[in-house]
Amino acid sequence: MDKVIIAKDLSLSYSSDETIINEANFDINSGSFVFITGASGSGKSTLLKSLYGALKPKQGSLVVGGVELSGVRKSKLNFLRRHIGIVFQDYKLVKEWNIVKNIMLPLLINGYVKSVAENQVDKLLKHVRLNHQAEKFPLELSGGEQQRAAMARALAHNPIMILADEPTGNLDDYSANLIWKLLEGANEQLKTTVIVVTHNIPQNLNVDYRHFHIEYGSIHEVD
Amino acid sequence: MKSIRNHLSLVVALLSILFSIQVFFIVERSIDAYKVNLSTNYSVIAVSQKKLSNKSILNINKLIKDVNELSPDAVIKRLNKNMKSKNRELLKLALPHFYKLSLSYFPSPQEVKNLRRSLLKTNGITKVEDFSRNHDATYKLLLLFKSVVLVFAIVVFIVTILLIFKELKIWQYKHNERMSIMGLFGAALWLRSAVLFRLAIVDALIATVIAFGVFTYAASSTWLIEQFENIGIDILIFNPLSDTFILLGVAMLISILLATLIVLGHKEEV
Repeated sequence: MDKVIIAKDLSLSYSSDETIINEANFDINSGSFVFITGASGSGKSTLLKSLYGALKPKQGSLVVGGVELSGVRKSKLNFLRRHIGIVFQDYKLVKEWNIVKNIMLPLLINGYVKSVAENQVDKLLKHVRLNHQAEKFPLELSGGEQQRAAMARALAHNPIMILADEPTGNLDDYSANLIWKLLEGANEQLKTTVIVVTHNIPQNLNVDYRHFHIEYGSIHEVD
Repeated sequence: MKSIRNHLSLVVALLSILFSIQVFFIVERSIDAYKVNLSTNYSVIAVSQKKLSNKSILNINKLIKDVNELSPDAVIKRLNKNMKSKNRELLKLALPHFYKLSLSYFPSPQEVKNLRRSLLKTNGITKVEDFSRNHDATYKLLLLFKSVVLVFAIVVFIVTILLIFKELKIWQYKHNERMSIMGLFGAALWLRSAVLFRLAIVDALIATVIAFGVFTYAASSTWLIEQFENIGIDILIFNPLSDTFILLGVAMLISILLATLIVLGHKEEV
């Protein structure tokens, strides 16, 4: 099976004097479902940021989707990001755009024809049960609805990998269950690699998953 | 309403720049027209001991548009009305030749000096009266007027540019989040900035259309035309083709520069 992520002696930091992740070594196969856990401030989100190139490795090597991210050029990074779906804890929806336009964003970036993009958005809106809220703006929706819209956006362009940063934190049970079902579905049906940063792994998950735990800057796999 | 507010601040700033530019054009055209008027009333007198042909005088300096030899009769008549006609003829022969030189435009003091020098170098010409005191006073007044308008236009320009920079900061704040989110999904820089450039181009067009409307109206205003006629100036207040082209160019340049600065100053949020 292809390796979609390979980290070798990977160190991550925001400043020169403090290392968040220290010489981590791991790899992730394409089509895997992976959980990354750890205490608050342990570096879970930092690791996730490095996977979409928002934080460059301080040391070592990090290859994502065949792209070496240390010293990566902006154009190559953009190319990689076009094939990744990201779900943020704070949703990161464009406030001035309605839900349809927000979900359509990765499709338009990837050059989809508008009519095809609209059909895809229609389907996704039904999947995330937001078809009645399509024309609304993010701030007119609840947190759970915004996260479902963000989830639809992450799935819209059939990415090779979904990176989710605490996607169900502070969500009601209904929205949380829906998010997990969508992630499961993407992994099972589309063989999308799913990497989720979370505090709690849900108990009722129907997929095989790997679990990495971060503690004191080091990453180890939990059996 | 929100959309109008989005456009209004930049459109108003651009309009004030376009207005100051067009007002400067009008003043410059008025001064040029006034100079032409002055040049028809201003002439230089050259005194020559020998008769010179008009062609030879015209060749002395490009500034000389026309030459008229002044008849000495009027001077002689004034000298002595009781003089015998024979003596009068003798005096006429002894008098030098007076030439009135009309100029093609109203010259600068330096050009007057150069003209005087080249005339005095000409064989036969012994004296040149250029009425330089009168000339210098008028010319300096014109220059002062032009400078005042230029300073005024520059001040308006600077104040407006400062306003635009303030607007830039607001735009930067408004667009930064959207541009960052688009960047996280791999949008190329041109795609992230497209909205901004579209807004800038639309605002430049709106400002130019408003300026076009106002100046077209002003150019046909009988009151304004009368004011110019009162001071003997006939100018084109607004050229709908070339002036619009310049105003559109300036508005586009400023607004695109503004959008470019925002794009260059954009910092990706993570």
